[in-house]
Amino acid sequence: MREKELRLVVTFHTTADAMAMEKACRTMEIPGRLIPVPRSISAGCGLAWCAPLTAEEDIRAVMEARGIGPEGLYECMVRM
Amino acid sequence: MLYLDNAATTIHKPEEVRAAVTAAFDTLGNAGRGASAPSLDASRVIYETREKLARLFHAGDPRRIVFTANATESLNIALKGLFSEGDHVITTVLEHNSVLCPLYECRKKGVELTILGCDEKGRISYEEMESAVRDNTKAVVCTHASNLTGNMIALEQVGTLGKKHGLLLIADASQTAGVWPIDVGKMQIDVLCFTGHKSLLGPQGTGGMYVGEGVRIRPLLSGGSGIDTYNEAHPAEMPTALEAGTLNGHGIAGLGAAVSWIEKTGMDRIRQRELSLMRRFYNGVSRIPGVMVYGDFDTDERAPVVSINILDYDSSEVSDELSTEYGIVTRPGAHCAPLMHRALGTVEQGAVRFSFSYYNTEEEVELAINAVRELAYD
Repeated sequence: MREKELRLVVTFHTTADAMAMEKACRTMEIPGRLIPVPRSISAGCGLAWCAPLTAEEDIRAVMEARGIGPEGLYECMVRM
Repeated sequence: MLYLDNAATTIHKPEEVRAAVTAAFDTLGNAGRGASAPSLDASRVIYETREKLARLFHAGDPRRIVFTANATESLNIALKGLFSEGDHVITTVLEHNSVLCPLYECRKKGVELTILGCDEKGRISYEEMESAVRDNTKAVVCTHASNLTGNMIALEQVGTLGKKHGLLLIADASQTAGVWPIDVGKMQIDVLCFTGHKSLLGPQGTGGMYVGEGVRIRPLLSGGSGIDTYNEAHPAEMPTALEAGTLNGHGIAGLGAAVSWIEKTGMDRIRQRELSLMRRFYNGVSRIPGVMVYGDFDTDERAPVVSINILDYDSSEVSDELSTEYGIVTRPGAHCAPLMHRALGTVEQGAVRFSFSYYNTEEEVELAINAVRELAYD
């Protein structure tokens, strides 16, 4: 298994929100990728955007600009 | 085979549609079910198709586009999920059973219904529509174009009228999406229902709806969404709120390719071609003695449909003769439009509907005119 690192993890209300996020981040060249929601955040399922902690400001800005409401924004250990 | 039943479904699709569906079969997983590459590929294709449809209908946010299996499902979701006992709803005789049957079910549950009539050419009166508004009127539900006569309803006018009285506008674009411009903002449409397999040129089993901001629809289905598994309630956020279960990713991939083809080809060009074929056919058959044509042909603001009867011949026999003797495919009978047939006095005879696509040719239209002429002179 890969080593875990502290990462910023954004969860969403819908898959469509997650897709909108991926598209916006790709367009704006904001780093990160979609991962399954880590168990430590939610026992449910779904997609989360996982990014370096340094990207938080950009991520918050792009979400606001695209009208993507986060379900939650977390810092947690994720294998990258 | 000379296929002139494009109002039922279009058979000839752009090559890109076939390619997209085939590619989807080879690559797509289940959208929104995990973050594996095949699942993400499916989610991306579906999201991109939402974006294309949002662009096509000027909907703004792609997340207001919901996927369903067809317009009937969309209309059932909208009508059964919006109206409650005591509400009053206005609709028209132009409607397909996919509007009428759900509304009749609503009526059994205490929803009041006004069904507007039409004139001899199948046109509604907007003054009559406004006069029908009551204190408890919640919505106008109407088609953009009759699937029998091709006559259109001016959605922008209905939208303006409706908003004056605080009404929702639920529009059925089954016969017009992809051919006629639809701007949900300009037309003030709150819910737009469409199917993918007719004029949008996508695969059967695809369709959807646009749901405006602030319009809350009680879901018809609940269940798997790929998110929030331990919540007993289905997610309330759009579009997931109205999309329970695995989406038709393969079909939606094809629909996305179809919308791209429409954008590339140009909706104006597609419409002009279809209307030109329709007009040529109309000019040819309307002069034949014994041929009765239904609908308003004083205008080209219409769907590319020409419904006719020949003398007092049963429309089913005429359609069968066209098929067996000439290889021409048409649609006879009642077209799931009972009130329109009743208004035109064609319940007994039915009508033979010829409907045109971008891919039909002038030569095919001439063959169809000649066939009608021979049957009329027979």
